[in-house]
Amino acid sequence: MSEPSSKPAFPRKHAAGCPFDPAEDYQGFRENDPVARVSCPAGVDAWLVTRYDDVRTVLGSSALSSSVPPIAHADPQAVFDDPVLPGSILQLDGAEHVRLRRLLTAEFSVKRIQALRPHIQQVIDSHVDAMLESGGPVDLVRALALPIPSLVICELLGVPYAQRDRFEKQSAIMSSVDVDPVIAKQADVEIMGYVRDLVHEKMRDPGDDLTSRLIRRSEESPRPLTVDELVMLVLSLLVAGHETTTNMIALGTTVLLRHPDQVEALRTEPGLLPSAVEELLRYLTIVHFGLFRSVTQDIPLGAETLRAGDWLIAALASGNRDASVFSDADRLDVRRRPAAHLGFGYGAHQCLGQQLARVELQQVFGTLFTRVPTLRLAVPVEELDFKDDSVVYGLHSLPVTW
Amino acid sequence: MHVTIDEDGCVGAGQCALAAPEVFDQRDEDGIVVLLDETPAPHLHEATRAAATLCPALAIHLAE
Ligand code: HEM
Ligand code: SF4
Repeated sequence: MSEPSSKPAFPRKHAAGCPFDPAEDYQGFRENDPVARVSCPAGVDAWLVTRYDDVRTVLGSSALSSSVPPIAHADPQAVFDDPVLPGSILQLDGAEHVRLRRLLTAEFSVKRIQALRPHIQQVIDSHVDAMLESGGPVDLVRALALPIPSLVICELLGVPYAQRDRFEKQSAIMSSVDVDPVIAKQADVEIMGYVRDLVHEKMRDPGDDLTSRLIRRSEESPRPLTVDELVMLVLSLLVAGHETTTNMIALGTTVLLRHPDQVEALRTEPGLLPSAVEELLRYLTIVHFGLFRSVTQDIPLGAETLRAGDWLIAALASGNRDASVFSDADRLDVRRRPAAHLGFGYGAHQCLGQQLARVELQQVFGTLFTRVPTLRLAVPVEELDFKDDSVVYGLHSLPVTW
Repeated sequence: MHVTIDEDGCVGAGQCALAAPEVFDQRDEDGIVVLLDETPAPHLHEATRAAATLCPALAIHLAE
């Protein structure tokens, strides 16, 4: 598998000049080699798909499989032949994937999530109160970006909040590449054990929470989920619903602070918040390494033919900066007319939690910049500690003051 | 404009119900798309087109 390769390397770093821009190489790929062969850190070659239209085409195609480790292309220690565990919604294909997804879609519908708005606002208000009381400077990641989404998803799932520290620590380890495999394995085992306890508890004593409703819905379905499947599914929600929104809050705040005119626009015209959040999702594309897939049937793409068995990377970050779709694509513009960005992916696996993420982000940014109008970074941008190696791009900490 | 939907293809992402709530809703039981208006009035056409483009499953079809 690991033939030495003279092909260009998969661009694994952000642009040298700007921590918010994807690697400069992507523009060249889009213009000259939109369906390129690249070599990945793990020693395999893959197709790198960089144009917006092509990214949508491949992610919408049934000739691709998700049953590969989601970031193996970016991980030097990737293992490619681990079996897909039952209940791994992100890695299953076709009917097996639909079976799991349909048990959850009701929970994340637009109406369901809109109904949570007032409660989410209360959670945000109480965290902003606490931050203001403590006095600056504070680490915005610890004060807001981590606890808000964490509390919201834990409440939704019925996880006692007292358990969240344990969960957060393991989740951060799980989502890193370049982490000691032994430590990663331990984190996996620990968090699985914890979720297993939760599932058993909800089976015994159901409550008014997503986990209990999922168990009931599954029992009423033609092929109920096994306990292993339930554990994996709940774990996927816990992890997916946590790191992502946290990092969007931290990075989004940072990038907005560098565009005071746009913050001012949001303060005076709160109606811009929804489009601002879509624009931040596009501009920042925090699932920054893109989506990794394997090809299961030969398909033509541009001038190339992708062959069954090939690896493929759908570069969300590149498609989201494709100037043929987004004019002046490297500019952040909260007034940009909403277009179908790729920040939540595309196709059958497009983010299940997107409505929740939207509401959380709209309300966090709406609240933060109105209640703390003098908010500013407490250190120069150059000193910020970006998560270059994580599945999800973000910040380890964000010192701010006001 | 005439709208049709493919319930089997729908993955319940809710993009349509967000973009054009007058035309699309989601079922309470499973979040799958519900077509509220097969022939939306002209002032809804733009939002309906946006919903069709946003749908990650190509489950919304328009005949214009
Ligand atoms: C700003 C925040 C978020 C971003 C940028 C984001 C991004 C993504 C992306 C790109 C995918 C597609 C993965 C693939 O196709 O391989 C995805 C899937 C998923 N997301 Fe999110 N996500 C966010 C928030 C959330 C939240 C709050 C939840 C809540 C539980 C969530 C749950 C999921 C789940 C369960 C999947 C898998 C869906 C499937 O495989 O069918 N996400 N997300
Ligand atoms: S946007 Fe498409 S996939 Fe999502 S709910 Fe509507 S029809 Fe279904």
